[in-house]
Amino acid sequence: MGEFEVHRVRFFGLVPAGVRCMAYQHRGCRLALARTDGAVEVYNFAANYFMEKAIPGHQARSVEALCWAAGERLFGAGLSGDITEYDLERLRPARTVDGFGGPIWSMAANNDGTRLAIGCEDGSVKLFQVVPGGVQFEKNLDRQKGRVLCLSWHPSGTHLAAGSINFIRVLDVRSGNELPQRGSKKRECVVWSIAFLSSGTVISSDSFGRVQFWDWERGTLQDSHTVSTSAVLSLAVSEEEDSIVVGTSAGATYQFQLLPVKAGGQEKRWVRTKPFQHHTHDVRAVVHTPTALISGGLDAQLVIRPLMEKVQKKGYDAVLRKFTFPHRRLVSCARKARLLLFQFSQHLELWRLGSTNKTGTPHSAPPHLQGPEHIYCSCVSPCGSWIAYSTASRFHLYRVQHEGDSISVKKVPGVPKLLLPAYQLQCASDSGRLFVASDRGSVHVVQLLEPGGCKHLHTICVWCCSGTREAVYLLASSADGNWLAAVSGDWEVHIYSLKHFKHHCTVPTYSCAVTALAIHPATNNLFISYSDQQLFEFSIPEKQYTAWSRMVQNSGLHKLWLERDSPITHIAFNPKNTSQILLHDVYMLCVLDKSLPLPDNNTLLVNQSTLKQLSEPARRRQLHAFKICKKFQPLLFADLLDERCLVTVERPAVDISAELPPPVQQKKFGT
Amino acid sequence: MAALCEAFTLCGLGPTGGVGLGSGLLALEPGADPDHVLLTDRGRTATLFKVSDQKPLGCWSVKHGQIITCPVVCNFETHEYIAVHDNKVLRIWKDKDVNLDKVFKATLSAEVYRIHSLPHAEPLVLFRGGGVRTLDVLLEAPQQEIENVISDEVIKHHLFALTDSSNSVYKVLIPLQQNSEEEEQTLSKSLLLNLSISGSVLKGTSFVVLDKDHVAVLGSLAASECLTIWNTKFQTLQASKELPLGTSGQLWCYGEKFFFTHGKVLTVVIYKCETSSLAAAVGKLKDSQTSDLSSFVNWNTLGDEELLVSCQSQQSVALKSESKMMVILKPMPCTSELHGISHFQDASTAAVEDELRQLLSKAQRPDFQAAIGCVISALINRCKADPMFYPRNFLVQMIQKRELSYSLCPDLMAVALEKKDVHLLQICLQRFPDIPEEITYACLKVFLSISDDYLERTDVDLESVISYIDIEPNNKEVKTEVVENGFSTELEEDGCDVTGMKETHMMDSVEFCPVGPQKAALLNAVLHSAYSETFLLPHLKDLPAQQAVLFLRYLHYLYVKCSEKINTTLPGVLSPTISQIMDWMCLLLDAHFTVMVMLPEAKRLLSSMHKFVRAQVRFYSELNKIEGSLQELQRIKCQKDSQAYSIEVLELI
Repeated sequence: MGEFEVHRVRFFGLVPAGVRCMAYQHRGCRLALARTDGAVEVYNFAANYFMEKAIPGHQARSVEALCWAAGERLFGAGLSGDITEYDLERLRPARTVDGFGGPIWSMAANNDGTRLAIGCEDGSVKLFQVVPGGVQFEKNLDRQKGRVLCLSWHPSGTHLAAGSINFIRVLDVRSGNELPQRGSKKRECVVWSIAFLSSGTVISSDSFGRVQFWDWERGTLQDSHTVSTSAVLSLAVSEEEDSIVVGTSAGATYQFQLLPVKAGGQEKRWVRTKPFQHHTHDVRAVVHTPTALISGGLDAQLVIRPLMEKVQKKGYDAVLRKFTFPHRRLVSCARKARLLLFQFSQHLELWRLGSTNKTGTPHSAPPHLQGPEHIYCSCVSPCGSWIAYSTASRFHLYRVQHEGDSISVKKVPGVPKLLLPAYQLQCASDSGRLFVASDRGSVHVVQLLEPGGCKHLHTICVWCCSGTREAVYLLASSADGNWLAAVSGDWEVHIYSLKHFKHHCTVPTYSCAVTALAIHPATNNLFISYSDQQLFEFSIPEKQYTAWSRMVQNSGLHKLWLERDSPITHIAFNPKNTSQILLHDVYMLCVLDKSLPLPDNNTLLVNQSTLKQLSEPARRRQLHAFKICKKFQPLLFADLLDERCLVTVERPAVDISAELPPPVQQKKFGT
Repeated sequence: MAALCEAFTLCGLGPTGGVGLGSGLLALEPGADPDHVLLTDRGRTATLFKVSDQKPLGCWSVKHGQIITCPVVCNFETHEYIAVHDNKVLRIWKDKDVNLDKVFKATLSAEVYRIHSLPHAEPLVLFRGGGVRTLDVLLEAPQQEIENVISDEVIKHHLFALTDSSNSVYKVLIPLQQNSEEEEQTLSKSLLLNLSISGSVLKGTSFVVLDKDHVAVLGSLAASECLTIWNTKFQTLQASKELPLGTSGQLWCYGEKFFFTHGKVLTVVIYKCETSSLAAAVGKLKDSQTSDLSSFVNWNTLGDEELLVSCQSQQSVALKSESKMMVILKPMPCTSELHGISHFQDASTAAVEDELRQLLSKAQRPDFQAAIGCVISALINRCKADPMFYPRNFLVQMIQKRELSYSLCPDLMAVALEKKDVHLLQICLQRFPDIPEEITYACLKVFLSISDDYLERTDVDLESVISYIDIEPNNKEVKTEVVENGFSTELEEDGCDVTGMKETHMMDSVEFCPVGPQKAALLNAVLHSAYSETFLLPHLKDLPAQQAVLFLRYLHYLYVKCSEKINTTLPGVLSPTISQIMDWMCLLLDAHFTVMVMLPEAKRLLSSMHKFVRAQVRFYSELNKIEGSLQELQRIKCQKDSQAYSIEVLELI
């Protein structure tokens, strides 16, 4: 195939925000996760743990607790003192209600999801009813001194256990009375997390590194396990209440199981069974699903550790998964101008790629971009003269002037008032149009005018034809400017004709989330990758899957390809060779050559190093379509600048850990 | 872990208590249901209780003037109750019967002592004279004649345990198949449990066996009475409960419940008895029901044996003057074997060995280890007293086969040293983990002092030397092995300007072992033993200079041998490691530094050693330099990787 010049970029200083809290929805197999910067993400476990939705954060909106309630409604509460309901279709906070108790430290929904309890800074526990269209204040339970750091409902919904500094209280929901409480005041003991079992046992984890089991009626300690010298921050119970998982500030997680003391005996006891050390920093959130232990830490990692005894067959679910980076593309590339635009949560950076005798020169985007709102999406035009980005309430367009090595950025006035936020921005290959993905499946087409203006041309609306309420999260436009493909949150891929501004066709529905798509510049074939690692090629003019795509589906992809960890986040094409497609995920970069045979399960998938050692004729026999390179890891972005030039953006893990605060000191030697 | 749980009162026993009418409790027997017990008082009444409900289900009494003389039992097969009143009158009834006068009655020809009823078996009637009949045989002809045999209850179980005045519980095995010819059978007993708690002794009055490891004892400790559960495996007290109101001394146990009279009531205590582990016994395993019961290991049983040893030696000294070799061992309860030894104290060595071998071939016991320690101590005591007595083969066999230690038989090595039994010493050095440095030194001195000629005739285990020493130095072949580890004879000679050394080259040459293979094997055993430098050094200073030089020469030889191989280890089993050799070398040089400097014959050895070590040091420093360079290369490679931006070439095929 030949040699590529690779611009290997490692200066994207992205530090993913730590995981603050998580909530698992058993019915929908979805995990909601909030980060320390206030961003909320939803992972769909059924779709290979794909990060299905992402709601960027806000400087003033911290999320201390997340709850699924009333079916599939997601609520968050934080130190701003508000309860926020998230609109998972339009990916933004829908409505907020003030808790009137100061900062909210904890929130819990009862078993049937009809009530929310919040624990406030002022020591009060307040109940809210989940009603259609929001939450409604119901009552205050008795107030105590000290912030309520954690809450847990008894499964019957009659009592609440509340943990604060030095105290655990059990509150009767009907009367609002307090039941015997437990605590000591010798040293300040922070009860970080609490769980109330149907048997009446209250499990607490505290800053002394203990996991304690209490009898709530008598207020007596039944059992105490010291798991760590540092604090135990998080705690989660399995649905059967026979297993719990705790996370410590030393980065370790432990599983406890309720096991019979004697084999076959009746008497059971909580026993610490499995220790795991997947994190380097505080494990702030844990979740116990029926088949896995999930932990999220301040090191930004989401770790899904399957319980092998609960996994029936060896498959995708039976492997440890670690996610550090979002399943979204945060880098856009101006191929012609050789510029890279890096999207951070609150600012953008524009970099110019160097040549072999010069290094890249950084250009931070205008400082006045920095506001309280986090960035939803951004893009740079192929010619490099336009930059656009959107936050929850604002859409910005900039004109970039290149004068030699220096760059000046000028805001474009009179930006049309669009329905915001924009979820994805895509520039046409001739840089003449900007496509703005919006909610209800609509896409705005904005014309970019020289020397620095713009005009709203049209709004393409799928809602009119398919009735979707979900926002569009991925866009792809064809090089000839005739076609636009848009993927909405319900995973439907719609294709529009840009000539006539009308709906052209819909790609046959597939039961998995789309992770990336692109239209081939020469053939106008739409290439789609799904979160189950399947690849499809759809011919737009013919409105059907291509022969190659059918062949792939018939023979099946290689087993190792399907078992890969992370989704493909970007697809690019070789402008000179129509059969070559560039795909990448976090751990690999692959050039797919459609002209070569597909590998079967018996052949080596990652065979580059083997091929290098073979003679030319032997090599030819061993060649297959997937040319995988794992040299660049973790890979956030890769693109083809021209047919012999690649750009890769890596973010080495050591660089991230260097930016994090030092972890809890752990002595390795001596006493 | 056994534990006593809740306690409750089943019924009162006082005059007003309703049961027993003040005459006390005769016995308690299990009822047909696991939850039922049959209570017979010393008067006329038998009561059936449901234990969990604490209420009587039925009560039967005989007429005024009559008296129940044998505890009422339940026939588990038929669910009938059987009682004997006035010694000879047998009554059988069912639950629904109310009046005992109207139920089945049989008058027997002899006085009944007890009726035993077991599940799935016909009840047995035991007569006062010792005769036994099953109930059905008896009922066929109630007036049949009953013979008088004077023996005791040997019918019920074949496992018995008993307490005696020394406050211990013993286990006695009673064989089931008795030889009718044998008129009398001696029963061997073994110590099961020593009942002492922190020095004070529990005077047991009655006990029950709960399972194979647990025994419950009701007895008095100091002034008060208490109920205790003991673990016989670990000799620990697992649970105890004080009974301040006093008991009648009887204890029953049915279905995980204890029954006993406490004051004027019949008390039921539920207990839990789980399979014991050592962790549980020493309290490492946490129990959910943490009670205030203390548990502690009864170390006294172990202490007794040491006491015995000292006592024995005193006795033997006292008896020596009487020129009688009869040593009377204090009867040792746990080992009937020791009785055997006492018989053979004056027998010949061969006879003793024979007897002991027989003893050892018997089955293993948990306390066997301690018993062997006693046996060996006893033997050694005799050896000390009688110079002619030395059961060498037996001792060798014991050390080789059993996991013994120095502390278990402290005098053994002293005796072996006295007798210069180098083979025994060698085995001891190889096997014992806890030899004092003084003894190690004594061994070393003995080994170095014995001539090679003498050793050639002795039996020494040569396993540790056989693979690197040429047994016949004359037949030495040309060494073909490639010298790998930076050492070569040229290197050693490098810079050697002493020309006058040529004639003595043979003597100092490291190619030949300076000691014979037997002595080398013995010295290897010394090198192999554990020691602490602080304690060994003072003794080592006493080593005569000639012996020190010889030992150093041997160590030097070993060091050179070691360094020949790339992995610096000597082949063979139990051969010394390079660190052991180096440590001993340093230790020896420390101890004899001035002597070595002064001694002319040590001079050449030291010089040769110095050269060799210098060559080694040079070689290793070169290796270190290479390592440093390699690390630097790796560091440079890493640095290159961490660049923020680079343009590279990637080849895809």
